[in-house]
Amino acid sequence: MLDNWMFIGLLVIVAVALPTLPIVVARILAPRKPNAQKMETYECGMETVGETWVQFKMQYYVYALVFLVFDVEIIFLYPWAVSFDQMPLLGVIAGVLFIFLLGDGLVYAWRKGALEWK
Amino acid sequence: MNYDPIAIFAEWLRELLTSWNLSDDFATVILKLIGAVVVAGLALGIFILQTWLERKVAGRMQDRFGPNRVGPFGLLQPIADALKMVTKEDTTPESADKVSYNIAPVMAVFAVLMIWGVVPYSSTWVGTDLDVGVLYIGAVGSFGVLAVLMAGWSSNNKYALLGAFRGVAQLISYEVPLLLSLVIPVFLARSMNLNEIIGKQGDVGWFIVFAPLAFVIFFISNLAEIGRTPFDLLEAESEIVAGYHVEYSGMKFGLFQAGEFAHSFASAALISILFFGGWQPAASPWLGAVVFFAKTTFFYFVIMWIRLTLPRIRIDHMMAMNWKFIVPLNIILLMTVPLLDYFVKDLGATRMYAHFGLNMVLLIGAIVVAGRAIKKSEPDRVRFPERAVAVPPKEETEEVAA
Amino acid sequence: MTPLEVIFWIASAVILISAIMMVTRRNLVHAALFLIVTLFGVAVYYVLLEASFLAVVQILVYIGAIAILVIFAVMLTRQVTNPGQLFNKHASLALVMSILVFIGLYLALSVWPEFSAVAPEADTAAAISNLGTAFFVEEDGQPVYLLATMTASVLLLIPLVGAIFVARQKE
Repeated sequence: MLDNWMFIGLLVIVAVALPTLPIVVARILAPRKPNAQKMETYECGMETVGETWVQFKMQYYVYALVFLVFDVEIIFLYPWAVSFDQMPLLGVIAGVLFIFLLGDGLVYAWRKGALEWK
Repeated sequence: MNYDPIAIFAEWLRELLTSWNLSDDFATVILKLIGAVVVAGLALGIFILQTWLERKVAGRMQDRFGPNRVGPFGLLQPIADALKMVTKEDTTPESADKVSYNIAPVMAVFAVLMIWGVVPYSSTWVGTDLDVGVLYIGAVGSFGVLAVLMAGWSSNNKYALLGAFRGVAQLISYEVPLLLSLVIPVFLARSMNLNEIIGKQGDVGWFIVFAPLAFVIFFISNLAEIGRTPFDLLEAESEIVAGYHVEYSGMKFGLFQAGEFAHSFASAALISILFFGGWQPAASPWLGAVVFFAKTTFFYFVIMWIRLTLPRIRIDHMMAMNWKFIVPLNIILLMTVPLLDYFVKDLGATRMYAHFGLNMVLLIGAIVVAGRAIKKSEPDRVRFPERAVAVPPKEETEEVAA
Repeated sequence: MTPLEVIFWIASAVILISAIMMVTRRNLVHAALFLIVTLFGVAVYYVLLEASFLAVVQILVYIGAIAILVIFAVMLTRQVTNPGQLFNKHASLALVMSILVFIGLYLALSVWPEFSAVAPEADTAAAISNLGTAFFVEEDGQPVYLLATMTASVLLLIPLVGAIFVARQKE
């Protein structure tokens, strides 16, 4: 198994190096003539007003949280699916109940209007 | 027929390395490193071909020629493009967060190249045979989300940040049905190893017959994860300029483009592996690879076709479709399929028909329920007969005609 | 040193350095990015322990979901780049306390015989299947972990309900 992960580890290095290479080549080949106008923030030619890093809506946070809850629960389902041949009926029903609870959270979020995009 | 050129080459290279008094472990590292370079290089090589293919197909579908000046059939166009990319000035905004700004495009490509590490090209040609392959693919996808967020934030541009936020909301929303629909092939194969999933399909039949609904869900959520039309809200140019990469130019912009193209090809590969038997039915290594790439190119063509046909979907519709249709449907699917399979798992062909029937019943039920819900929930929908239409007075039209 | 040990020490160094960088950054987004590096290093630990499933879950949940959540939460605050004071007056006390806890943990673990034992060869393919049966099947007539799994599922619903409640109050 570690042999497999060694390949992944080497691939990490290669997958970082390969896209870095053209950036480095471009840095050598490409012209660089910066001026104050060129280096401004591009917002359709308008002057930038105020700070960019403004406060954002709570809604995005709720989506991320719903996603996190689902993410964690889905992970429990993968071992369940792999070991299904060894499952007695109790295990099958327990798994289905587990998925039902997952759906429960979705129904709650839906009813409370957390899934409406505003 | 079982001629395996890569295995023969690897054996020869290993003997050569050990004959230079290198230890066996070190030779393994060298071989794996070459393998990693080949896997990643192949993905980028395909990307270069893709840029040509995509423009050619787009041209044909829009009744144009597409690139046809550089080389025969415009085949050398990608090389001309690459030369242009590396010699273009690369601007970094003064107020950008320099380090994150430079890491983001690299990470966008990194996330896609990592997928290819576990993709089996044929029965013996595979980067590595991870036991957790399916979950691994989900995991490396999260680096793509991170790249979008980093690019949008570090640009210090309101449009970029807004685009990144919308994009991330889209990506994480559709990751839920993606991961949920992946459970079905894993469940049918009782394994997370991609090559074992393909092997199982050789025994019992392709999973498209067992799980057409899971395939549809996986396909749609993959389209959303790639971020192409009809799900290109990350870079909806009419609304938020170019989205999260508005400040990028030159090679760094090219890398984001490479990430998107390579991701769509990787998605096509995953579709052909999980639902269409990958390299099946060819057992020989090189023939298997040919079959695999033929299937993958076909699904890549379908993805292109969808991109060139459909308009962009509205953002609230996109979120509603995900959370109120696809995810609930997927949850119901996951509750019923195992219950059914528990009773029919030893029945051979009957099992296949049972699964197919259940999927069809669910699909028809879902379409009926959704159709009713849409009719009820959209009072603002345009109905043509009720619309006021401007009609010019009679006299004026006659005057103009005269 | 074996190659594995070299990788272990490199991963440890990366984890420690990025953890220190994380708590000393003034820019909150930079702090979040260093947190991601730390979490990635922990995934490398799991790989070294041949716990493939845990390693992948670490990336999927911590980098894919929690780190995104943290960055979103940071964006919700008004002062991303300058959070004011980095340390408050209890900082030195916290440092002493954490060193004491570390020493205590180390002493407690070093007397435990399993601490220095060599892990047996793991059969990962079977490990995932065993994990599944452990989560959902009863053992010796007693559903040992089933109750825990279901409790975890209910527990996960609580933050969801809480966040939706708070978000609705804000509107």
